[in-house]
Amino acid sequence: MAEHNGEDKSVDIRGVSKIFTLSAGDLPVLDKVDLHISSGEFISVVGSSGCGKSTFLRIISGLESATAGDVFIGGRKVDRPSVKTGVIFQESRLFPWLSVEQNIAFGIHKKVDKEGRKKLICQHVGLVGLAGFENAYPRQLSGGMRQRVSIARALINKPGVLLLDEPFGALDALTRIHMQNEVLRIWSAEKSTMVLVTHDVDEAIFLSDRIVVMSDRPGYIKNVLDVDISRPRDRSSVPFMEIRKKIYTHFFAESALSLEYYL
Amino acid sequence: MNARSKNSVKAIAIGFIMPVAFLVAWEILGRRGILNSSIFPTPSRIFTSFMDMVSRGRMQKHLLISLLRVVKGFCVGSVLGLVIGTVIGLSNAANALMSSIIGLLRPIPMVAWIPVLILWLGIDEASKVTLIAIGTFWPVLINTSRGIKNSDRKLLEVGIILEKTRLQMLAKVVLPSAFPFIFTGLRLGVGSAWTCVVTAEAIAAASGIGYLIMYARELSQPPVMFSAVMTIAVVGLILDAILLRVEKRVLRWNEPDEERG
Repeated sequence: MAEHNGEDKSVDIRGVSKIFTLSAGDLPVLDKVDLHISSGEFISVVGSSGCGKSTFLRIISGLESATAGDVFIGGRKVDRPSVKTGVIFQESRLFPWLSVEQNIAFGIHKKVDKEGRKKLICQHVGLVGLAGFENAYPRQLSGGMRQRVSIARALINKPGVLLLDEPFGALDALTRIHMQNEVLRIWSAEKSTMVLVTHDVDEAIFLSDRIVVMSDRPGYIKNVLDVDISRPRDRSSVPFMEIRKKIYTHFFAESALSLEYYL
Repeated sequence: MNARSKNSVKAIAIGFIMPVAFLVAWEILGRRGILNSSIFPTPSRIFTSFMDMVSRGRMQKHLLISLLRVVKGFCVGSVLGLVIGTVIGLSNAANALMSSIIGLLRPIPMVAWIPVLILWLGIDEASKVTLIAIGTFWPVLINTSRGIKNSDRKLLEVGIILEKTRLQMLAKVVLPSAFPFIFTGLRLGVGSAWTCVVTAEAIAAASGIGYLIMYARELSQPPVMFSAVMTIAVVGLILDAILLRVEKRVLRWNEPDEERG
């Protein structure tokens, strides 16, 4: 994909390994992961729980350091978290003592005057469809609405890269589909690079340009699949189901039961 | 809202049942001569003597002196408790350094401080205010440091990702998340401050509500004694209610109701 606005939003992951040192001994979590993500690309990482995919995302964000290997974002080595890389977690992680508006404003990094600040907040409240809820507190919102606030907070600095760690895992099925459409809309508006970690295979196929299939722990990349289906994607179309079957094959290859049993 | 305020009126009314029943029983037993009225004056006699003291301004004078001491001591003690509690909560080194000395000093009963404070500071205001400050200091210190240690790592990570400075993290994330704990400390602190002032005045003072009790004992005026004791109880209740009110306002976000699916 071409670079947008001249800003390099590519993510380069080179030989990243991670070993957690526990009292019971060393626990290898990631094993020499290499991946190049182009500027503006939408990538999903799927894997069973505990395969290290969240750790992988935390290393890209700079919240966690790799035991070996490096991550480069826009050609620059990642050594600590940056406002240029937004992170959205499974829990919305809103500050319960701040209103919707104040939570979003918390994200603002660069110095702006009062007028510009107001405009910025208003624009992002609108972007995630929460107009009218500016003064509500997190406890008054539904799970989906809370997640929208956290998306707005992450987007307000215009991050080149957005990392999503199972962002809709705690939402009900209908809200989840709704939020997936929202993310696609935001992605096409903001043109940021998206890295989504999920265990929901359909979500990955619906959203991504490419899907990274990770092995069980210690995680390494088993396969990278291209999703060549034009958007908006029909979840029941033949190409969609073919990709789904391919991904499931990776997970259940060692199983005694036939794949049809799971599908 | 209407139903809610109705409920709270009901709750207050129910709260009055026991004290009123108690006073009525006391009055009846006193009048029948079952209770010795020279050591158990009836509530009506206590009330008369209370009104008499109020009309002559005696009660207000002593109460005001005590309250002023509480305000001074509480301010000093809670500020120190907040600052030191914050430092201990933030820094493991400070915590390790301070935990043994806190463990040693905290269990000392407030009464045991009084002779020491009188020796150091004399019998004037300073020793009383210091005692109240010590009494306020401990609960505020312990709760503040615990609240700060308990701050949610997940919320701290949000601040780290958004590149907040250390000062911003403290002011906007760490302290607000510790507010429920801090308020608990302040409420316990007010209660302790009020206990301390009475203790200090009862042992060495020439004014204040605690002094009034001891003075009445010396002159064997039980109605005055009981008036003072009851005033202490009611003022303690009011102080706690005021702080509860403030807490509810400041911590509106912390109320668990109104959850939506």
